[in-house]
Amino acid sequence: MKNFIEVRNVFFKYGESEESSEEKYVLDGINLNIHKGEFVAAVGHNGSGKSTLAKHFNSIYLPTTGDVYVDGINTKDDERLFDIRKKVGLVLQNPDNQIVAGIVEDDVAFGCENLGIAPREIRERVYNALEAVGMYEYRKHSPEKLSGGQKQRVAIAGIIAMEPECIVLDEPTAMLDPQGRQEVISTVMKLNRELGITVILITHYMEEAVLADRVVMLNSGKIILEGTPKEVFSQVELLKKHRLDVPQATELIYQLRGCGYDLPPTVLNEEECVDALMQILKK
Amino acid sequence: MVRDVTLGQFMPGHSLIHKLDARSKILLLIAYIVFIFLSENYFSLALITVASLAVILLTKINFKFYLKSLKVILFVIVFTGILNIFYGSGTVLYEWGFITITEGGINNAIFVIIRIAVLVMISSVLTFTTSPSDLTDAIEKLLKPLSVFHIKVHEIAMMMTIALRFIPVFLEETDKIMNAQKARGADFESGNVFQRIKALIPVLIPLFVSSFRCANDLATAMECRCYNGGNNRTRMKVMKFSLADLFGLMFSLLVFAGVILLNLYLPAVVR
Repeated sequence: MKNFIEVRNVFFKYGESEESSEEKYVLDGINLNIHKGEFVAAVGHNGSGKSTLAKHFNSIYLPTTGDVYVDGINTKDDERLFDIRKKVGLVLQNPDNQIVAGIVEDDVAFGCENLGIAPREIRERVYNALEAVGMYEYRKHSPEKLSGGQKQRVAIAGIIAMEPECIVLDEPTAMLDPQGRQEVISTVMKLNRELGITVILITHYMEEAVLADRVVMLNSGKIILEGTPKEVFSQVELLKKHRLDVPQATELIYQLRGCGYDLPPTVLNEEECVDALMQILKK
Repeated sequence: MVRDVTLGQFMPGHSLIHKLDARSKILLLIAYIVFIFLSENYFSLALITVASLAVILLTKINFKFYLKSLKVILFVIVFTGILNIFYGSGTVLYEWGFITITEGGINNAIFVIIRIAVLVMISSVLTFTTSPSDLTDAIEKLLKPLSVFHIKVHEIAMMMTIALRFIPVFLEETDKIMNAQKARGADFESGNVFQRIKALIPVLIPLFVSSFRCANDLATAMECRCYNGGNNRTRMKVMKFSLADLFGLMFSLLVFAGVILLNLYLPAVVR
């Protein structure tokens, strides 16, 4: 598989002055490849550098040392800035602060308008994007009347109207209620599975990370663990050492195994957990 | 409590007025305001008032919203009305000490009240029937000639769009902060004016901080969507004048002509 995004030995710290040279790197030597069509979840604590990393994928931040390549373009290449941002869209945490216009459809159109696309095509793209996130019937509404989950879906529509190849979501569900979280995550899953858009989901909910093809675990600017959800969440001891959560179902089975029950090593969601427990109870 | 402000709120609909091009609505509104103040006798004032009420009916928006927008400036209307009674000349109707009420004063008061009321209601027609984005687009288009003088018309329009978009966000934020401070024992309802203003400082500072954070986020979000200051920017909604605009123009021209004729042939009541 071809690498769509390549992060090569990236170090990053805020501020460029000499005095701050003592300061700790927020990103401390990150190497990461992301394939086309993949769904990658990046998890970690507050301050682990996951949000900082997210802003490197479309050159909002540039690495202090090291390089990030998007489809072969270096994010430091100023000439091709808009090419990069067209390929990689970024959705932020706060749904209120990233909606520009006072009407849903106008907001979704904002990115396309900046790209200088013909009016008729913009309308087509906007409607398709709103359909894709299930917000078509709200196109004439004003954003403040929508719920958090709906606002976040509008923000996602604003990005996919630009037809990017990859969407980076920086804790899109952190400020939402459980229902809004569900809405956003199933939308993201659908975009990945049906439209083949590469998804990088930054989150601190392990239940969301479980849905990804690959999980990248960050701690103080370093990647400490990387692999399929099964591989990553089987390392319960290591995760606990870094004070990271595991999904509740995984936790339960881990505890039971500790008590000597014969259970499968990793369980990722409730269904698998129920199956595993039924097996034991039937015996 | 801070949230029930109707002034300047868009109400979607499909009326004839909603269908008018925002540019013609702005220009016609300005013309209406001019003619409200040009009408010098009761007949011309009645004509422009009836025409304005007809426009208001055509918007198919519940009349109570217009009354609500009047309520906001009720004090101003009453105050200027009362003040005007005492200024004026002509037949003296009542005299007591230094207070003299004249016929001219009464006329002035009635004119001022009706003029302001109609002015506010007809202005509400524009904000009620035009989406903020259409409004700013229209202003951008109308101000375009000013870019000859190196005035950054696009930037001004973008600032207005964002300001309008974030008014409800900040109102909600203010509400939240006020409640949070109340929960900590802040008192906004008692004391004299100065004490009350001072009590608002713990609300304003967090609001200020959160607005900076918000601006930072918004700037990032706009950058992510390739915003580069309006160069080569296209618009989804193309503005064009339609038959409705022609109809609106004709109607307004007739009203304006009527006002001028009535002014010419009937004696002026106010100057």
